[in-house]
Amino acid sequence: MTLAEVVAALGLVPLVELGLERRVRWGFCSDLLSDVLAHAQEGDLWITHQRHLNVVAVAKLKGVAAVVCVRGSRPSREVLRTAQEEGVPILSAQEDAFELAGRLYRLLGGEP
Amino acid sequence: MPAETAILLRRVFPVPPDAFDQAGQVSTEVRRLLRGLGAEPEVVRRAGIVCFEGEMNIALYTKGGRIVLVVRPEVVELLFSDRGPGIADIELVKQPGYSTAPDWARELGFGAGMGIPNMEKNSDEFHIFSRVGQGTVIRATIYRGRHDPS
Repeated sequence: MTLAEVVAALGLVPLVELGLERRVRWGFCSDLLSDVLAHAQEGDLWITHQRHLNVVAVAKLKGVAAVVCVRGSRPSREVLRTAQEEGVPILSAQEDAFELAGRLYRLLGGEP
Repeated sequence: MPAETAILLRRVFPVPPDAFDQAGQVSTEVRRLLRGLGAEPEVVRRAGIVCFEGEMNIALYTKGGRIVLVVRPEVVELLFSDRGPGIADIELVKQPGYSTAPDWARELGFGAGMGIPNMEKNSDEFHIFSRVGQGTVIRATIYRGRHDPS
């Protein structure tokens, strides 16, 4: 499934609208940067509460499909600008992490 | 251990203390340089993770330091050194989950106690030396031309 299809199906709001043609492999839910570095995989949709600048670096390093900020939160303008420059899509969801992860899990058919 | 061979590239990156908000820049630059030299994607990926974790450690926990990237035909070496405070028990910091991070760092998603284990996991050779009051030196070596999916 492409990022565009996931965005449409889950009603996500693109804050940095890029890479909509990317394939979303699976999801990854974590607020620990080292956990993401160790275990997220390329193409994962990274669901997190973190929204500082290092998130962009970690997202790029791992090649995640996009970062999703939950509960309607959004990173600062500076972070969004850096994400745009670095080519990291950032999305925002109204739901909390649990609900969003559940909806994504179902959307992707329960397996990567 | 491969014999010492010609150095294709050597770069020194200073890492100031407390500048964790800028951290990640060195790893981005290291990955760019490695890609430019035609390094294998897996080597670039592993070097990026080792570098990011090392950079974060210097920025978050030390009085500053530097990272030296050395690229040879067979290996990529990353040398991290800082000006202290040093690590009293090296075996402890290699334990997954052990962290000395203050609360403010944990709230930002650091301090999972996975930094040094992640560095070790993504290196083919990993050496850490430290003296309390002086500083810490880490030498991480990644072999090129082999695929080690970790």
